Amino acid sequence: MNDTNRNLGPTILKADSISLAFGGVKALTNISFEVKEHEILAIIGPNGAGKSSMLNVINGVYHPNAGSITYKGNMRRQMKPHEAATQGIARTFQNIALFKGMSVLDNIMTGRTLKMNAGFLAQCLHIGRARNEEIEHRRNVEEIIDFLQIQSIRKTPVGRLPYGLQKRVELGRALAAEPELLLLDEPMAGMNIEEKEDMSRFILDVNDEFGTTIVLIEHDMGVVMDLSDRIVVLDYGKKIGDGTPTEIRNNKEVIDAYLGVSD
Amino acid sequence: MDSNIPSSRGETLSSLILKNAVIRGEKTAIREKNLGIWQSWSWAEVANEVNHLAGGLAAKGFSRGNNLAIIGDNRPRLYWSFAAAQSLGGVPVPLYQDAIAEEMIYVFNDAEIEFAVVENQEQVDKLLEIMPECTKLRCIVYDDPRGMRHYDHPSVVSYEDIRKLGLNFTKEQPDFLAGELQKCHPDDVSVILYTSGTTSKPKGVCLTHKSCIEVAESDMGFDGYNEDGEILSYLPMAWVGDHLFSYAQSIVSGFTVNCPESSETVMIDMREIGPSYYFAPPSVFENLLTQVTIRMEDASKIKKWLYEKFMAVAKQTGLKIMDKEQVSLKNRILYGLGNVFIYGPLRNNLGMSHIKVAYTGGAAIGPDLYSFYRSIGINLKQLYGQTETLAHVCKQPNGQARIDSVGVPMPGVDIKLGEKSEVLVKSPGLLKEYYKNPEATSESITSDGFFKTGDAGFIDQDGHLKIIDRAKDVGVLNDGTMFAPQFLENKLKFFPFVKEAVCFGDGRDDVCAFINIEMDAVGNWAERQGLGYAGYVDLAGKTETYSLLKECIEQVNRDLAEEDSLSGSQIKRFLILHKELDADDDELTRTKKVRRSFVADKYQVLIKALYDGSKKCFIETQVKFEDGRSGAISADLSISDAETYQSNVDLAA
Repeated sequence: MNDTNRNLGPTILKADSISLAFGGVKALTNISFEVKEHEILAIIGPNGAGKSSMLNVINGVYHPNAGSITYKGNMRRQMKPHEAATQGIARTFQNIALFKGMSVLDNIMTGRTLKMNAGFLAQCLHIGRARNEEIEHRRNVEEIIDFLQIQSIRKTPVGRLPYGLQKRVELGRALAAEPELLLLDEPMAGMNIEEKEDMSRFILDVNDEFGTTIVLIEHDMGVVMDLSDRIVVLDYGKKIGDGTPTEIRNNKEVIDAYLGVSD
Repeated sequence: MDSNIPSSRGETLSSLILKNAVIRGEKTAIREKNLGIWQSWSWAEVANEVNHLAGGLAAKGFSRGNNLAIIGDNRPRLYWSFAAAQSLGGVPVPLYQDAIAEEMIYVFNDAEIEFAVVENQEQVDKLLEIMPECTKLRCIVYDDPRGMRHYDHPSVVSYEDIRKLGLNFTKEQPDFLAGELQKCHPDDVSVILYTSGTTSKPKGVCLTHKSCIEVAESDMGFDGYNEDGEILSYLPMAWVGDHLFSYAQSIVSGFTVNCPESSETVMIDMREIGPSYYFAPPSVFENLLTQVTIRMEDASKIKKWLYEKFMAVAKQTGLKIMDKEQVSLKNRILYGLGNVFIYGPLRNNLGMSHIKVAYTGGAAIGPDLYSFYRSIGINLKQLYGQTETLAHVCKQPNGQARIDSVGVPMPGVDIKLGEKSEVLVKSPGLLKEYYKNPEATSESITSDGFFKTGDAGFIDQDGHLKIIDRAKDVGVLNDGTMFAPQFLENKLKFFPFVKEAVCFGDGRDDVCAFINIEMDAVGNWAERQGLGYAGYVDLAGKTETYSLLKECIEQVNRDLAEEDSLSGSQIKRFLILHKELDADDDELTRTKKVRRSFVADKYQVLIKALYDGSKKCFIETQVKFEDGRSGAISADLSISDAETYQSNVDLAA
């Protein structure tokens, strides 16, 4: 996937000198990078490097102490997560955050919440506009189920599924929001090789079929090198590398900090 | 025969589809689950779709005498491709979708395939890869557009585009298709099914419209199939059973074919559809039972107790009720209660609530398995046939289902025994010939028109056919005892822990066996024993697993001791293989039958160790993965002795 002739669009997201501190702990210091439309960007770094914090800044869970985020041309310093969601940013979590007692279908359906416009009463009574809307949303969800090949577990409660499948369902829920920018926090943590291969395939397919821009955090170097167009490396809250997989592989500072000290 | 069955003299499958469009045009012909909803097409719509597709293929240059390769899961559009090819005077050639490249190349070249209709990207990729070696192939039509956006290969075209092409074509030449149909004759070849070939390269079995129609009509008469039926088509389209049940019979009788959403959803889809006719090889019935058993192990105590109690009742009474024998009032009431609490819900869970007849065939079915389904009220019966006879030789009539026979000859079928008790068959479903292989044709069909099945068997006093083994596999031990390997292997395979077994003994002093464990069942057993294991190889090599399997083998030996002609062929020594025998490694055929001589050759070292008394043997095996890569698995296998028993006959003497 490292071919240079991929059609990347203009910059969709720009992080400019982001700093974030929790009391005296500096989680992020002066981080800047750009994400191009249609790109797959990986953020890597050792534990505690600030990767998840960076994602949280992007979708508005954390507010940076300094610096700004420019998303689709709009610069902002403060934004709430649901505002991020309405603007087309969806994410998955490092620790799966699904409704365990609900079916796969219902879980993915929750991803459509922001797209539902019918009134509360109409939805309760399942009449008129709410009914038509639900049919349309269900169709959308079914397409995602088909896309992720999870038809056989459509009605299974999520809590009964193995970990790898739960991760896939979580991706499904994020996709249900039809995001332009998808943030994936360790989508492959704890998976076996086959599950990782499947998930990589789905990430590439999402990127290819829907043109979704993807920012992901991942520890598996093989996966990162294969999937990403570009990689940003963080270490102790600082950016120490930014470039194509080949560039990162040859970046001495990165090798020292993360891939093992070079002698 | 029923009066509402249309008379089909002089008809072809294509003309029957048109007839269906007239006499039952509104009736649902086929369904497919898409986006979670069952989509239906009526017979009129099907006839229309077939026309468009045929037009499109004709516009692309497909014509009389061409063969059309069809590869994929059971999908309506792929079934219509059969019909489209036939209506143009061409011949559909379905292929197993999991076939490796080498096999596909062979068939493509043998059948001179120029056109192929495939399900999805996976198949397109496979065909593009082998295209340089299949020189004739020039057009690949795909059904599912997913992932296909960036393909600009000139030979690859979407089903939608072909359909549009067909719409225009039929507008421009409205009489073309009718004219082509006129030229079709009942004696024309309607399909070429490649046999998996236990011994040699695949051979193309040519079947005609006439034989498909006659066999389907005969089955309708025998089991009372009619247009109100529902079936779930989930078995490979390249297999004769599916071609007969899901294609020919549906067209002849007009019943509805349902295509599952994906191969993983078959169980769920079956529950939703509740088919009235069901066909499955024994392995499928076995999987279902294994699942039920595993789930019952995890059920609550009360449920478990109920299940065990009522299954005992079913075992005692159910079979008798199914066979319409006398049953006391008390037992009848008990069975009725069981039906409410256990059997009914269980049938519903299996999707078998509406089954009128279920068939199994293709391999031997275990007595426990067989009686389990019959005892809970599912009319499971056996049939016997092969690709060359369009699966039409013997069937068990209602009320005469027995575990050890494959039934009585069907109407119009003639059976006699040849050399080595080989079963010879004359059937309306008999193949016309092997494709471009007159040598094989004359080898397999006797001068008086009987097909040599290669199975050894005999007909008992009630007229039922019993099959013992492959005629060529029946051998003798050095002391002259008859040795029927498959007979032993089947006995072994009836244990849930044994997935596959291969027995050796012809021309040797005694019988030894290779065993493949059934990972699910043994794994579950190990878990309950608190036995940790790292994976297949580790589990297969555990001493505990060996003693578990030893018990199974000794049980078989005890059974054998009771049959005087076979008591000498008890199993002396065995080993558990470190890998599953696999079709990708050529050890099994695509229909999962062991290729005995290949296995014997590949594992010579192990056989030697079995017979020279060693306790251990090291083996390294090459394995092929589905993506074409290969790797090696090695293990140090133990060899275990098994107890043999004196036969009752000897004791008496």
